[in-house]
Amino acid sequence: MALAIELKGITKRFPGVVANDDVNLAVEQGEIHAICGENGAGKSTLMKILYGMQAADEGTMSVNGTEVKFTSPADAIAAGIGMVHQHFMLAGNLSVLENVILGAEPTVGGGIIDRADAKRHLTEVGAAYGLEIDPDEFVEELEVGERQRVEIIKVLYRGAKILILDEPTAVLVPQEVDELFRNMRELKADGATILFIDHKLEEVLEIADTITVLRQGRTVASVKPADVSTGDLAELMVGSELPTPETTESTVTDDVALSITGLTVRDADDRAVVDDVSLRIRRGEVVGIAGVEGNGQTELVEAIIGTGRPETGSIELMGNDISQQSVRHRRSNGIGYIPQDRHEEGLLLESPLWANAALGHQMKPPYAQGIWFNRQGAQSTTEHIRERFDVRTPDIHVAALALSGGNQQKLIVGREMTAEPDVLIASHPTRGIDVGAQAAVWDHIRGARAEGMATLLISADLDELIGLSDTILVMYKGRLVAELDPASITPRDLGSYMTGAEV
Amino acid sequence: MTDIAPEGAAFAVAEDSTRRRLTMALAAPLGAVIFSVVAATLMLFIAGSDPFAAYADMFEHASKPETIVSMFNRATPLYISGVAAAIGFKMNLFNIGVEGQYRMAAIFAAYVGGAIALPGFLHIAVIIVVAMLVGAAWSGLAGLLYTHRGVNEVIGTIMLNGVALGLIAWLVRTWQAEGEIPVVGVGTEPIESSGILPNLTWFPELFTDLRGNNELTGVLLIAIVVGVFYHVLLNRTIFGFELQASGANPFAARAGGVPPRRMALTAMLLSGGIAGLVGIAEIMDKGRYNPNFVGGLGFNGIGIALLGRNHPAGIAVGALLWAFLEASSDILQITAAAPKEIIDIMRGVILLTVVIGYEVVHRIRRRDEAARAAARLVEVDA
Repeated sequence: MALAIELKGITKRFPGVVANDDVNLAVEQGEIHAICGENGAGKSTLMKILYGMQAADEGTMSVNGTEVKFTSPADAIAAGIGMVHQHFMLAGNLSVLENVILGAEPTVGGGIIDRADAKRHLTEVGAAYGLEIDPDEFVEELEVGERQRVEIIKVLYRGAKILILDEPTAVLVPQEVDELFRNMRELKADGATILFIDHKLEEVLEIADTITVLRQGRTVASVKPADVSTGDLAELMVGSELPTPETTESTVTDDVALSITGLTVRDADDRAVVDDVSLRIRRGEVVGIAGVEGNGQTELVEAIIGTGRPETGSIELMGNDISQQSVRHRRSNGIGYIPQDRHEEGLLLESPLWANAALGHQMKPPYAQGIWFNRQGAQSTTEHIRERFDVRTPDIHVAALALSGGNQQKLIVGREMTAEPDVLIASHPTRGIDVGAQAAVWDHIRGARAEGMATLLISADLDELIGLSDTILVMYKGRLVAELDPASITPRDLGSYMTGAEV
Repeated sequence: MTDIAPEGAAFAVAEDSTRRRLTMALAAPLGAVIFSVVAATLMLFIAGSDPFAAYADMFEHASKPETIVSMFNRATPLYISGVAAAIGFKMNLFNIGVEGQYRMAAIFAAYVGGAIALPGFLHIAVIIVVAMLVGAAWSGLAGLLYTHRGVNEVIGTIMLNGVALGLIAWLVRTWQAEGEIPVVGVGTEPIESSGILPNLTWFPELFTDLRGNNELTGVLLIAIVVGVFYHVLLNRTIFGFELQASGANPFAARAGGVPPRRMALTAMLLSGGIAGLVGIAEIMDKGRYNPNFVGGLGFNGIGIALLGRNHPAGIAVGALLWAFLEASSDILQITAAAPKEIIDIMRGVILLTVVIGYEVVHRIRRRDEAARAAARLVEVDA
């Protein structure tokens, strides 16, 4: 029988990065096929190509033995491929039935929806694949696991035989994961083919028939779960060779700049997303946090910056407890912040560069004079940032929106560095920017470190982590599970800790 | 005037405003006015009126000195109302409640003003302060509902408009001046002359002789102070910076140390405080609050802020344009050259067109900037 999906030589380039580089993938009919890889390994891009959301630059794609070229998800749906996104695309104020038929409504003619037919079809699909759900319930009243089931039914309702699940377990609690896996096995028994993305290795080993590992945009291996251990998989994911740290002299001093003790943050569901975390960063030190995204890094950063509220724990900046202080006080007392998403938290996109340069430092000179905002000061400082950090722009009055990502990032790094913080919280400081800008950002962090700045570096980029950090801490499920020395780190250890595998 | 370029987003660009920027900035409002005239002309033709006769009447009327004075008198509360709405807009808050806020403020201010007697300046100051406090309190209610209960500010302020009207209807009877029968035209206890801001009669007399036909309201001075205050607050203070940053991107502002809830509440209080001043002109004119107190100024202020792009000078132009149209509506009723409803149509068309116009200009400008920034990249790399 022909392969359900066959990809040969798929390559996709974005400006400055190759997201997929000669990717090959063979998915058998009726199997559960897992795609593993770190953040940025190219999994999402590959899935988008498969689902017709993006076109590959090179390579061929076959579905059930026929070569296909998708220009939109509609083509993929027509070919029997359906996708369940990680973030559900459901309308809470509509019923399950309405959500399922949305965009594929059966009609009795004249634009009138044939509800009876829709319901019959929905029940058939549900029964055929063992997915029970009340079609009249409102989606907003469903649990997360049930919503996911609605997404799966939605895809099946459209006749999909090949399902792509994008990190389906990321949003689920363990019992729901068990339920999902039961559903997946039933789907498989009924002849469906499932392709799913995951980086929790025990889960992958439990459910998958075949596992393909991606690393830095390439397929590095396709293995059977019986033949590998979680340790082997972890090593495949992070690579057998890690970058060696740049041999810069240690500038670590004995003065503790930031000290966190017993920090716990709970989410709305009362889960400890940061669980009893303690760490110290000394002046002149870079502490790197490694970990797969979604293991509490974001919440840790929020707690330090002051935008999130920890349940317990203390945070001391240069010996002063700041855990009850406002964001404003923390920032003006010497915490610099490079946010992980520059568009969301870093910039005022529609505002001129000088306003962006002042943001977060507006309460202090050179941006302020008493209660007055000092425009001249702000503008000359922005000119200074523009020169020193090589922000390429026609002038400092254009909107931040007009700049390329790398130049936006240089502006953010410039504004934080210029304020000479005692502690810099750098969250993915070079994400999505080109190599040249990346090197420049690294140099600036190294320079400030030599002058005594303490840095907390959160990154998914192992080159960056190993190249910049004096110490690497691994975060998994909200806890710091290991402290590693970047000079002697092994891929197996790093990968194992990051994916929660036993060492 | 380097600062006339109204910038849609936060932080008006001032220093490098070139002729091109100015042209771009004025393109939308001018285009909207021209379009509305074309549309009105067509409609008048269809309706069988002579549009040119109507326009001739309008301009002839508007060029009379006493009409000009009355236009300024009409524009004064409209301007204050526009600024009140604009403060909210700058923070991305839609204060639809200026209407209720100024009317609540007016009845309280008139009541307090009528109940006390103080030496001149103090009496006026008390009336103004009461008006601002009541306006701020009324908008602050909507603000608190928004920041602490998540009630959308549009809904909150609209509902409070309704509550205000009901309350006022009751207060007008309760506070009815003694010895007068409650009818339209009478109302709260008349304010002593010490509490009435004098008209600026001397100013128009510098240019022309009005023979006492029309007097320029002294509240114009308050409007000017409000405009200057608004400009300085927004562009020269840290608070103004934070207000605009919070309006532009609340998440980035929060990470930059600007507490979003406190900013929203402060913006609402300020907006309502200014809104409280909208009714002062009418109080100074009539000396009391009565059941046919002028309405609609709040809603018009929203349109004027939109037209003036929340810019202190732009709002002034918008308020004068509105005043001109109102004066035109009056004269058309007298000369009957055209149905006066054409003025309402023109106002509506101007607002709709200007919104589209601003968006188009905004996109052109962004594309232009992006192209220049991209050109800069190539230039440096080469």
